[in-house]
Amino acid sequence: MPPRQPLQFYSEPLPGVDITALRGKLIVIEGPDAVGRSTQVTRLRRWLEQEGQTVLDSEFRSALAGQGLQDAKRSNTLGPVTMTLFYTTDFADRLENEMLPALRAGHVVLTDRYVFSIVARALARGEDRKWIEQVAGFALVPHAVYYLRARVGDLVARVVLGRGAFDYWESGMDLPFGADKHQSFVRYQRRVIQALDSMAGPYNFTVVDATQRADAIFHQLQRHISALLFRKAGSPEAPGQR
Amino acid sequence: MLPNRYKGKLIVAEGIAGSGKRTQISLLSRWLRAQGYATASSEWNSSPPVKETIERGKANLSFTPTTFSLIQATDFADRMESYILPLIKAGAVVCADGYAYTAFARDLAHGAGRHWVRNLYSCALRPSLTLYFRVPLDVAIGRLGHNTDESFRILQGRTLAEYEAMAGEMEFHAIDATLSTEEQQRRIRQTVVDCLGEVLRTGVLRSAPKGGPQGSPHGSPQGSPQGSDATATAAAVL
Repeated sequence: MPPRQPLQFYSEPLPGVDITALRGKLIVIEGPDAVGRSTQVTRLRRWLEQEGQTVLDSEFRSALAGQGLQDAKRSNTLGPVTMTLFYTTDFADRLENEMLPALRAGHVVLTDRYVFSIVARALARGEDRKWIEQVAGFALVPHAVYYLRARVGDLVARVVLGRGAFDYWESGMDLPFGADKHQSFVRYQRRVIQALDSMAGPYNFTVVDATQRADAIFHQLQRHISALLFRKAGSPEAPGQR
Repeated sequence: MLPNRYKGKLIVAEGIAGSGKRTQISLLSRWLRAQGYATASSEWNSSPPVKETIERGKANLSFTPTTFSLIQATDFADRMESYILPLIKAGAVVCADGYAYTAFARDLAHGAGRHWVRNLYSCALRPSLTLYFRVPLDVAIGRLGHNTDESFRILQGRTLAEYEAMAGEMEFHAIDATLSTEEQQRRIRQTVVDCLGEVLRTGVLRSAPKGGPQGSPHGSPQGSPQGSDATATAAAVL
């Protein structure tokens, strides 16, 4: 696979979108459910704002499809292909209506999950890799993808200690793994992790060991992002400048 | 598209707005039901879970060509997974007013990439018969009597060109949609008998004999549009 430049489309240009005018930085935090992504995103945003950056803190659920997805998940009636396409609609709306304007304005876009989560979930549900990669091909190549990696056992501990219950969808209860939520969670998340692992090389993920303490993870992410945004202080590559 | 390995048959009506496909496919569906075939209907944009998002996007004008392509494909996938496919597996004849080709023509007219759009519809079952209602742009627009501003006209023109471009590849059976309603319907029924007569006689699900114990409607699908005309029940006729 040829190396890709940041802020290019993976394979499919969005009609009517000019990417030559994008000046910001796109930074993605990826990882399975309950790995601690949102904690890190919150801290990173606070830190970046203290550093004087304008940060778009983007997460799943768009203005367009967020409500419909939530309703559909509650009633639990959608098939796997429908679900994948609904998530992709949601992602496209966020990309076009939130991330692109922020990147045009030269902001830092820090996103809790990206199109890779949709691809990983589709793969975990047994969908064809070429199919989902082409569906998602209109995504922009990020400047960096930090993959918070953990083992299933670590996630189970986090779910039990943190939330106290297994979520229906995070447990892959729509898959034929049986009625036991814990068992199903383990089998489903193992597949999600396998899928993310398989994408780490081709999509140039920076793997971060998420079994470390939250502070250690934060400092590691901070070092990476500093290097990305502020390398050689005053360099012309800092976001917001040409 | 996926090959149809099931007993049921899928008949699709395609054409631009104002081609009259809706009238014709609904007449055909009623006729098939009257012949005793378990017949169901499926319309474009009819999936209940997705409908609200489509309405929200239209109301807020927040769709882009890409999100519109994707939400239509989501709607289609839901119709396919939870409605059309189970009916076809059960042996029904499903008449679809608008199918994947509607998106192929429309999305390309709006600037989407051909391979990307077609890939979105990989879950579509290949129709047993695709009726294409061929009509000149002026005739179609004349019939609509509204929405006839210049940009609509241009888009319809491009959509028509996309339909024509794939007619051969997708094995459309063209129907001259400028003919009278009755003549079109006569030709459609003839086409159905010619193309599917044998499989209809031997394969598909028939309604229970009149007065039989199975005569009551069964398996009325959720969210079926337009009341009784669109239900999957095999009316006890003949």
